[in-house]
Amino acid sequence: MNPSIVLQVAGSVFRESVRDRVLYNLVAFAVLLIAVSFLLGQLTAGQDVKIIKDLGLAAIGTFGLLIAVFIGVGLVWKEVEKRSIYSLLSKPVRRHEFILGKFCGLGLTLVVNVAVMSVAFYLVLGWLAWRETPEVRASWAAPATDPAMLKAVLLITVELLLVTAIALFFSTFSSPFLSVLMTVALWVIGSLSTDLRDLGTVVDAPVAAGLARGLYYILPNFSAFDVKAEVVHGVPVGAGYVALTTVYGAVYLAFVLAAAVAVFARRDFK
Amino acid sequence: MPAAIRIDGLTKHYTVGFWKPRPYLALDGLTLEVEQGEVFGFLGPNGAGKTTTLKLLMQLIFPTAGRAEILGRPVGDVDVRRRIGYLPEHPYFYDYLTAEELLQYFAGLFGHAPAERRARASRLLDEVGIGAERRLQLRKFSKGMLQRVGIAQALVNDPDVVFFDEPMSGLDPIGRRDIRQLILRLRDRGCTVFFSSHVLSDAEALCSRVAILSGGRLAAEGQLSELLAFSVRGWELVVSDLRDEALEHARRVGVIAGVTPLGQGRFALDLPRDSSPERVLADLTAHGAQLVSLNPLRETLEEYFVRQVAEHPATRGLDQ
Repeated sequence: MNPSIVLQVAGSVFRESVRDRVLYNLVAFAVLLIAVSFLLGQLTAGQDVKIIKDLGLAAIGTFGLLIAVFIGVGLVWKEVEKRSIYSLLSKPVRRHEFILGKFCGLGLTLVVNVAVMSVAFYLVLGWLAWRETPEVRASWAAPATDPAMLKAVLLITVELLLVTAIALFFSTFSSPFLSVLMTVALWVIGSLSTDLRDLGTVVDAPVAAGLARGLYYILPNFSAFDVKAEVVHGVPVGAGYVALTTVYGAVYLAFVLAAAVAVFARRDFK
Repeated sequence: MPAAIRIDGLTKHYTVGFWKPRPYLALDGLTLEVEQGEVFGFLGPNGAGKTTTLKLLMQLIFPTAGRAEILGRPVGDVDVRRRIGYLPEHPYFYDYLTAEELLQYFAGLFGHAPAERRARASRLLDEVGIGAERRLQLRKFSKGMLQRVGIAQALVNDPDVVFFDEPMSGLDPIGRRDIRQLILRLRDRGCTVFFSSHVLSDAEALCSRVAILSGGRLAAEGQLSELLAFSVRGWELVVSDLRDEALEHARRVGVIAGVTPLGQGRFALDLPRDSSPERVLADLTAHGAQLVSLNPLRETLEEYFVRQVAEHPATRGLDQ
């Protein structure tokens, strides 16, 4: 593999995202956060910081998810449909370098997005803390600009990268519409995976329970990446848990990318 | 020195039909060799298998059987791709890039440094006649301009072999002339040019050799002069100062199939293939006529092409 080729393909994806105004979502995020903070400031007394944390982390995840799914599913499909891939693959670009470049490009877009949104998020929280009295600040479960929230941000980023890889995988052989459906379905099921695991405790059907448990182990466990409630309420999240979940995400992501490469490697572009 | 392109029994089947899948033979055992430095015309009607062959050579699709080599190495070899260029049919590129940026991006894929990328992009866009538009995003380009950008990107690595799929498509007469001249310049630099076309006048003007594909099969292949040399179907003799008695004399011996006055005292005489133009000319000049020109009337490439295609009808289903 030639890393320079991967980087150049990735750079092209990032440039496309910027020129197609994908980063405009950052403005929407900032406006949403500031507007909600202002509104809550009028309505609540001191508890608004918890709501802003909840809302901010959820918004980072949701905005990122929209980018990962809706751009991810078009990454390969658009190149094939518009035939721009013909010229690209006649250059010294191996098919797996193309797939990895596409993934890295959208991954970079997402990381930049999450980073900028996180900075805006901390700025709003800092402003909230600044305008409150020391007594009110002392009543909070966790400081407004609690660094522990970065653990949640990190796990959101890993989750988004995994969603990107899944969207990219579907994009190697399916239309955007089907790819969106399948990616979102997988994300929803993965986010409810603990329910799948525990199905046996609420239904008396061993086959269904066994099947659900099998799916729990096979499908990506997106619920593992969700530590928003813990960090908002000041419940400690261990570094070991964050590291292990990140490794889990990275290994799963590697398998999905390998599958995408395997499908794409033998594909005919008719 | 290895052949520029060597194709051996290349075959491609597709499966068509959803409810009742059946095989479709897009290319049937194509065997072909192109030497380095040639301008090779790959001709055939629409659907003959030209684009399928080019896609197989670029590994955009994979063969059902057979193999192909470029410059002595298998087509999948990434080192081969460093030495070739490819213009796809109806090229399309990234909307959000300018022509300059596209060429710089592609030059980067060959490992060139940024300054070299800029220099190459600028030189090639000059060469294909893209001026100030080079700083516009490609979404604003016309079909003809995209075709020119497509040709420029195919040359971004100074290739030893270029593959052009319908290079004249979408171009106006000036554009066609420019690209014809470009192909001749490439030939003069020693570059092998393999181009598919159904515009026979381009092939006639440019190619040293051609292959004609019909129904996925090779119908004919060879040097243009060889393919057309044996098909002289008569002679055209143009003379001036032709007196009536000279013409009557020649007619009496039955060697003139037709006479066409051309004006200014000139006449074009059609002589049958089995006549002896030298004898007729001697006879006429003895009666005071002056020779203007004498040309064999050969079958044109177009006529030859139509005949070959008619003799090789398509049989695409594998069951046939």
